Amino acid sequence: MSLARHWRLRDQRYRLEGTACDDCGTIQFPPRPLCPNCRSRTLSPHPLDGRGQLISYTVLYQAPAGFEAQIPYAVGIVELGEGPRLTAMLTDVDLDALQIGMSLEMTIRKLRSDGDDGVIQYGYKFRPVQFEGA
Amino acid sequence: MKELAIIGIGQTPVGEHWAVGLRDLATEAIWAALDDAGLDGADALFVGNMLSGEMAQQAHLGALIADHAALAGIEAVKVEAACGAAAAALRQAVLAVGSGAAEVAVAVGVEKLTEQPPADTTAALAMAADGDYELPMGLSFVGVGALLMQRYLYEHRVPKEAFARFPIQAHDNAQHNPHAMFRSPITAQQYADAKMIASPINLLDSSPIADGAAAVVVTTAERARRLSDRAVRLLACEVGTDTVALHDRADLLWLKGVERSTKKALARAGKRHEEIDLFELHDAFSVIAALSLESAGFAERGCGLCHAQRGDFGRGGRLPIATMGGLKARGHPVGATGLYQVVEATLQLRGEAPEPLQIPDARVAMAQNIGGSGATVVTTILERMEG
Repeated sequence: MSLARHWRLRDQRYRLEGTACDDCGTIQFPPRPLCPNCRSRTLSPHPLDGRGQLISYTVLYQAPAGFEAQIPYAVGIVELGEGPRLTAMLTDVDLDALQIGMSLEMTIRKLRSDGDDGVIQYGYKFRPVQFEGA
Repeated sequence: MKELAIIGIGQTPVGEHWAVGLRDLATEAIWAALDDAGLDGADALFVGNMLSGEMAQQAHLGALIADHAALAGIEAVKVEAACGAAAAALRQAVLAVGSGAAEVAVAVGVEKLTEQPPADTTAALAMAADGDYELPMGLSFVGVGALLMQRYLYEHRVPKEAFARFPIQAHDNAQHNPHAMFRSPITAQQYADAKMIASPINLLDSSPIADGAAAVVVTTAERARRLSDRAVRLLACEVGTDTVALHDRADLLWLKGVERSTKKALARAGKRHEEIDLFELHDAFSVIAALSLESAGFAERGCGLCHAQRGDFGRGGRLPIATMGGLKARGHPVGATGLYQVVEATLQLRGEAPEPLQIPDARVAMAQNIGGSGATVVTTILERMEG
């Protein structure tokens, strides 16, 4: 991924910034220029709190180029408390202990370090909730 | 829109074509189709392809292939819609001839996937998913299918072994298809023992990458009646879309693109579900076969597998699927697949399918080509031409 592209996505990668529609209140992640619910064009940045639950997951044993060194690793779809869903690598978890419905929280980790630009890319991953109520 | 027909079909064997390049594969299919139609040219060429840029460092396929096929000068463009590219190219041919802009149009799908390192091919295929929000998280295209299958197992509480029905049946059919990649049957035990790729998807849930090209010649039904006694009517070729990113769908287990495209095609063709005699569906993964049958309205939600277990979708069932082996066993040269499906459906309607794959008295066939995990869906309905 190009350096500019990674930089452009920094508010999403580092702090889960989505958008909230000023007209109907729908919250989106990732951000959008138009509200998919009411087509309003007035949306405001809306950071999400990074808590959610696992909707589905997979453990990859064959990786795309750039991720081979990490296999086996888990990727899941997480539904955030505010509603939006996202795809993330799952970390700090026994691969055999993954369960649909488990509570997860965001953490910042290295996504990969050997891209075309040779830069270390950081971004969100999700892990089992460490301290309930924290 | 004029009434349309397919008057010629062509296909290369699906497999590893290391000795043949993209342009030669495409040309072979194009001229097989034109020869079949008894024509010596066309007004327009639409090339379905996904990954020529990544796999062969080649863009600009429309003009390149038109020239190589000795059709230089005609209108020719490439159409890309991930694994749905070939049927999307057919859609363009339908619009071109249906509108009167062209008398004869050729749609060809061509893909070569077997000559790069596997990790590079895996990364290239993953481009069917969201490049900002899925791929940077290490997701592969098999991984996308795996997220669907895991959810299916959870929500519908079916045993994983039940999915074996689809690949076993696909291989059973493919052994009789001379163009298929895998011409040997598989067993339930082999399915149970198959290597995991992205859990719960194992090697035998997954269609193989492959090289291949398939083509059809489209013209008006009126002209087809004059030119050929083997033409089939092209009643509908309709596109529906959905979100590219799986996580943007509130309900993972309902492919809205499939529902939209199927409904549009049935309405355009003036057909009901019960009138479809066979269904060439997009079984890229066994779970996609189940989800396609359900979202297209051929099985109730969560019941694709139970109907399959009863034999509903086998050769003697109420709706035979993947009659020549499907993506699983004929092979899945992604940007060519949609036209293999249409070529196979045409063979069935002509009564030219190899024994014992011929569906007796097949009159109406549906083919459904899916790009990504259901983001682009093209449904084509064909009917035998009477008299």
